[in-house]
Amino acid sequence: MSTERLAVARATEALTVILSLAVLYGLWAGMAAILQSRELPAPDAVFAFLWNEAVNGELWLHLGMTLLRVAAAFLIAMAIGSAIGIALGRSRLADRLFDPWLILLLNLPALVVIVLAYIWFGLNEVSAIGAVALTKIPNVAVTIREGTRAIDPTLTEMAKVFRFPPGRLLRHVILPQLQPYFAAATRSGIALIWKIVLVVELLGRSNGVGFQIYTYFQFFDVRAILGYSLAFVAVMLLVEMIVVQPLERQATRWRKRDA
Amino acid sequence: MLEVDIRSKSFRTARGAELPALGEVGFTVAPGEFVCLTGPSGCGKTTTLKLILGLDTDFEGSIRRPSGRLAAVFQEPRLLPWRSVEQNVRLALPEELASADLTPLFELLGIPATERLYPGELSLGMARRVALARAFALEPALLLLDEPFVSLDDATAERLRTLLMSVWNARPTAALMVTHNLREAAELADRIVLLSERPGHVVKVVSIDTPRGARDAATIDRIVSQLRPRG
Repeated sequence: MSTERLAVARATEALTVILSLAVLYGLWAGMAAILQSRELPAPDAVFAFLWNEAVNGELWLHLGMTLLRVAAAFLIAMAIGSAIGIALGRSRLADRLFDPWLILLLNLPALVVIVLAYIWFGLNEVSAIGAVALTKIPNVAVTIREGTRAIDPTLTEMAKVFRFPPGRLLRHVILPQLQPYFAAATRSGIALIWKIVLVVELLGRSNGVGFQIYTYFQFFDVRAILGYSLAFVAVMLLVEMIVVQPLERQATRWRKRDA
Repeated sequence: MLEVDIRSKSFRTARGAELPALGEVGFTVAPGEFVCLTGPSGCGKTTTLKLILGLDTDFEGSIRRPSGRLAAVFQEPRLLPWRSVEQNVRLALPEELASADLTPLFELLGIPATERLYPGELSLGMARRVALARAFALEPALLLLDEPFVSLDDATAERLRTLLMSVWNARPTAALMVTHNLREAAELADRIVLLSERPGHVVKVVSIDTPRGARDAATIDRIVSQLRPRG
């Protein structure tokens, strides 16, 4: 495809997205205008509320706290989940021993983990972040286990013959093969974690987006609930665009050259 | 000096049955000597190579490798697709050769000197040249080649054989090449070790006195006929 046609195709794609969002916005504004109800505020009321929260600083505090919890839980879940996944992918014995645990944890509702963590370890930050990480660890472990099983043994043999030191083996042979699995775990991980973080905040924290939504729920203030939700969705989209996608492009640049 | 003295090697099937793969396989490769290991398919040529490479240590007998580095060229190029061609060669180098100048080697093998060239952009023939470069770059004491020219068209295989000989002549090292192609063995080797049907054992060792450059079609035919089973 020529660069010109590529540019046209990109512009059309962007236009479609904008049009689709505009239709959604129109539907919302239309419904709000017809119903004239406190339970479905008009978009401009929601944005006015957000502006107000941003000016008085409340918005940044709660967004920031939630984002910090998401980041902490995500990093812990990825680190521990990957280590477990690699161990299970390499050792049949370990896999047979711990696979039932994984299945149990995968099917345990996040709510149960959160409630138990708060009861056993107290209503504190460590319990909150630990509980979120724990609900995500089994997903990461299962994904990375599949990746570890898919590692090409012929390349590992090559590295052995040429006496790659352990660090070189990990960095240049093993991790690039696991990269697509890390990307998959990251993508599903961030999406899942931020939703669960809202629940731990609702149940046992005194700040963050989840706490704010709970507070405004008690007043049935839909304007604030929608405002905080939209603001956090926007933050997560930004994280996706600024952090996740560039990292993926960086890691897979060799693939685009395949003829 | 590589001294191979394998008494026997067998694999275990999933049901626990013992499957003999190799019988007695003994031969040596002196420094600067090019030896070809050949035999019918499935006779254990690649298994022998794996034992020599130390990738499988479960066998009866002993293998003494020359002191110094080991390099291999596998049947498939086995390049890391996510690293550039040059990085693929450099990653295999030991510390003391880390900053070696690869340009002469790349030129000799006809590998493009483009810095950002990835294995996915190479033809099989070119990828094999890179695999050769990786093996020669680390100046090995022992070089092992496992059918490095299989599944190439005749012209490309012939060109690569010539290139192999020119890089090897530039720095002769103990070399052992597995091949099922008898003409190839007759063209390249100082000595040919012929294995029997599975479980493979050495049936014949043929030394070739005619210098490599002086082997014409008739000489090669004569060597090949020595290797063919009678009848």
